[in-house]
Amino acid sequence: MQKIGVFVCHCGTNISATVDVKKVAETLGKEPGVVYSTDYQFMCSSSGQNLVIDKIKELGLTGVVICSCSPRMHEKTFRKAADKAGLNSFLLEMANIREQDAWVHKNREEATLKAVALARAAVAKVHLNTPLTPGSSDVNKRALVIGGGIAGMQAALDIADAGFKVDIVEREATIGGTMTQIDKTFPTLDCASCILTPKMVDCEQHENISLVTKSEVDTIEGYVGNFTVKIKHKAKYVDPDKCTGCGLCIQKCPSKKVPDPFNLNLAPHTAINITFPQAVPLVATIDADNCLMIQKGKCGLCATVCPADAINYEDKDSIEEKKYGAIIVSTGFKPISLHNFDEYAYDNSPNVVTSLEYERLMSATGPGKGTVLRPSDGKHPKTIVFQQCVGSRDTSGRGKTYCSGICCMYTAKHAMLTREKYPDTDVYVFYTDVRSPGKGFDEFYRRAVEKYHVHYIKGAIGKVVPMSNGNLQIQASDLLMNEQLHIEADLLVLAAAMEPDKSAKPLAQKLTASMDNDDWFTESHPKLRPVESPTAGVFLAGACQGPKDIPQTVAQAGAAASKAIGLLIKDKLQGNPCVAHSDENMCNGCSQCANVCPYGAITYEEKDFRMPDRTTLVRRVASVNPAVCQGCGACTVVCPSGAMDLFGFSNKQILAEVDALCL
Amino acid sequence: MVYSYYPGCTLKNTAKELDECGRISAEALGFTLEEITDWQCCGGQYTSGKDEIVTKLSSVRALDDAKKSEQDLVTLCSACYNVIKQTNNAMIEDSDMQMKVNNYLKLDEPYKGETSVYHFLEVLRDKVGFDKVKEAVKAPLKGKKVGAYYGCLLLRPGKVLQFDDPENPKIMEDFIKALGGTPVIYNMRNECCGGYTILEDTDAAGRNTSKILLNAEDMGADFLITACPLCQYNLMQNSLSEKTPIYYFTELLAHALGLREKECFK
Repeated sequence: MQKIGVFVCHCGTNISATVDVKKVAETLGKEPGVVYSTDYQFMCSSSGQNLVIDKIKELGLTGVVICSCSPRMHEKTFRKAADKAGLNSFLLEMANIREQDAWVHKNREEATLKAVALARAAVAKVHLNTPLTPGSSDVNKRALVIGGGIAGMQAALDIADAGFKVDIVEREATIGGTMTQIDKTFPTLDCASCILTPKMVDCEQHENISLVTKSEVDTIEGYVGNFTVKIKHKAKYVDPDKCTGCGLCIQKCPSKKVPDPFNLNLAPHTAINITFPQAVPLVATIDADNCLMIQKGKCGLCATVCPADAINYEDKDSIEEKKYGAIIVSTGFKPISLHNFDEYAYDNSPNVVTSLEYERLMSATGPGKGTVLRPSDGKHPKTIVFQQCVGSRDTSGRGKTYCSGICCMYTAKHAMLTREKYPDTDVYVFYTDVRSPGKGFDEFYRRAVEKYHVHYIKGAIGKVVPMSNGNLQIQASDLLMNEQLHIEADLLVLAAAMEPDKSAKPLAQKLTASMDNDDWFTESHPKLRPVESPTAGVFLAGACQGPKDIPQTVAQAGAAASKAIGLLIKDKLQGNPCVAHSDENMCNGCSQCANVCPYGAITYEEKDFRMPDRTTLVRRVASVNPAVCQGCGACTVVCPSGAMDLFGFSNKQILAEVDALCL
Repeated sequence: MVYSYYPGCTLKNTAKELDECGRISAEALGFTLEEITDWQCCGGQYTSGKDEIVTKLSSVRALDDAKKSEQDLVTLCSACYNVIKQTNNAMIEDSDMQMKVNNYLKLDEPYKGETSVYHFLEVLRDKVGFDKVKEAVKAPLKGKKVGAYYGCLLLRPGKVLQFDDPENPKIMEDFIKALGGTPVIYNMRNECCGGYTILEDTDAAGRNTSKILLNAEDMGADFLITACPLCQYNLMQNSLSEKTPIYYFTELLAHALGLREKECFK
């Protein structure tokens, strides 16, 4: 005979304001099998937990139902308490009468009825619950960091310092990410390279870090603690172990007009190239599409001049398989394409640039070697106009609905640096609102206005007309003065919205990690688990999770690293016992379960079966690998013979719940 | 291919060239513009009033005529195109408008927006193909720098007309390229000429058109082409500059196809 205890939580007034908790406890007390039923103000408090423990011990309860919040919130808490009292924790169930009832209903009578129904369903399930014991699996003590920008580098350094091996997989030839393209950083105006390149060198020199550049993640299999990852190494055509980065090949390369993505195509580079002078690793790579030798078989100059004999025109892509315990995603962001914003004439004039392009125009490693020159004719611009929120906070469907968060500050930085370096320049900034909530941020923006006399205008540009001399006629609205403005500018800088890097979405599919509508990675809980992906063992660092500035990125990377370290430091991981299992006698080997399994946990084997007439029959039956199964239940739904079932969520248990709800 | 053709009033008066050159060019390119019988004025800008159905009736009659002939409807005039396509869209999207118009017209079968509306340029781009136009060219406009002037009515509202990108259109530039000319991109090409404000405030229209023409001249255009009689009138009459002549795009087409030679295009 079952002895079930029911505990109804008030959750302060979160539940009790809408649900008559006393009545719920009273009604449930009359259910068959329920020997104890009570209500309590805060079940999750230590005295609430002690109440559960005491009653299990005192009454010898065989099952417990807690009517409170979502199991996502406190299932672990209460199961631990049951364990303490000596009751198998899987004999405890929660009825969610907060998120699914009190918070979404207004009518007290109806909400109370619903709470009773939900609690009854949980009781019906507990009647059929069986004790379950989680299995355990080993943890591979190596971490994978995907994306070698400032987020990935910081996470890798922290994990490596804790004594674990880390591989940074980076798509480009150098680590460093978008920050390598930035000139100076707000609000301190320290040079980005000066703070970034030492970290890049630290990564290269750290005994626990391997840099896997010009490479991408091809496939990911496995589960937390045991990921198997295939990494695709793209052909570099230069042996990185031999190359010394001397640069002789670059001087001699005759293919000099190759678009340079590092300089955002503002200046060309050579087909064999080192991204920038402080690149890490400092080795050359060949852009095969523009190499005369690879394309036409004529040239070979770089191989002739290379003193290290590092050039290999026959280099091919290769695939390497490695095992990891934890994965950190740090794929970063890109500015959006401005194709949908033709009123700014970005496509029609070289003197309309994005903010990131303006960073390159200002940078000492950029096309102007640190002098701002406008792209059309190399003249020094005298009037520069900035437009913020290009594609951010956009409800027209052309851009993004969110605020990109960093544009106000970097535009203030651009305006200030321009006025500092070239005091004879007129600088205008068109803004929607200036958002500057970081430490020292508002003071920084005020300094741009008050000390550097940047013309901040609330409003927006409506029309940009490029002229034959390269100047731009700009028509704009000043909303505070209710005036139309006409400005003749030399350069227009557009603060384009941020969006996730293009590689993020395919990667999320490989990781089975979830994303929001804008393709930012979703965190496990927006407040309480901000660096964990809902997929166990996958952690999020930096702008792959949403727009952020450098300090936020570094902080989040450190947090993600500490979570990864917490995982890697364990020798064994407790698995989830709620996994699928197949009844071999009922299985007809149809393969439908294997086809729907998203984790590849189901395989088939030929097995001997003894028949009643003592003959042996060989049959093909499904077999579930409990370490790989995540307990999603897809197989139990498709199984036509009912052979597949889920521990903890058996077909019988679910039907009992449904019966209790409907009757 | 035969299209139901809606010329509009101006094309029968001041803009005869636009109409005639369009028709003969169509024949040369393998399609026919069959004029709708008993068409009435599209109503010009008065149809933009959302709460008025009477101004929409003539457009719906033309659309229904094309529907009965099982033909797509084609216009040459930007304003007629704008009015008829917007009215057609209202007949699809606005069920209240659809009911009222049909109650009033008492057609044999209610009109529900079945007809497709195209501008002549769209026919060249999407039905004939600019590559085919290029093949048919007999007198290519070598060395001519031509500025396309779109005005507003061909492009806006972009979501309804879906003619081209309203901020950076290229259909007329592609048209000019097909005829062997060099298109001149100038960003004022999609700005308003002033439209009917010329009746009340000549200066306002003059200011707009001057800016447009100065920009086109600055970017090096020898002359401009347009699809709109009102734009052409405003640009010609009110511009402070007289250096840049304005022609209808069909005049350029008929010349390039060798149908109607014009000295100024040589």
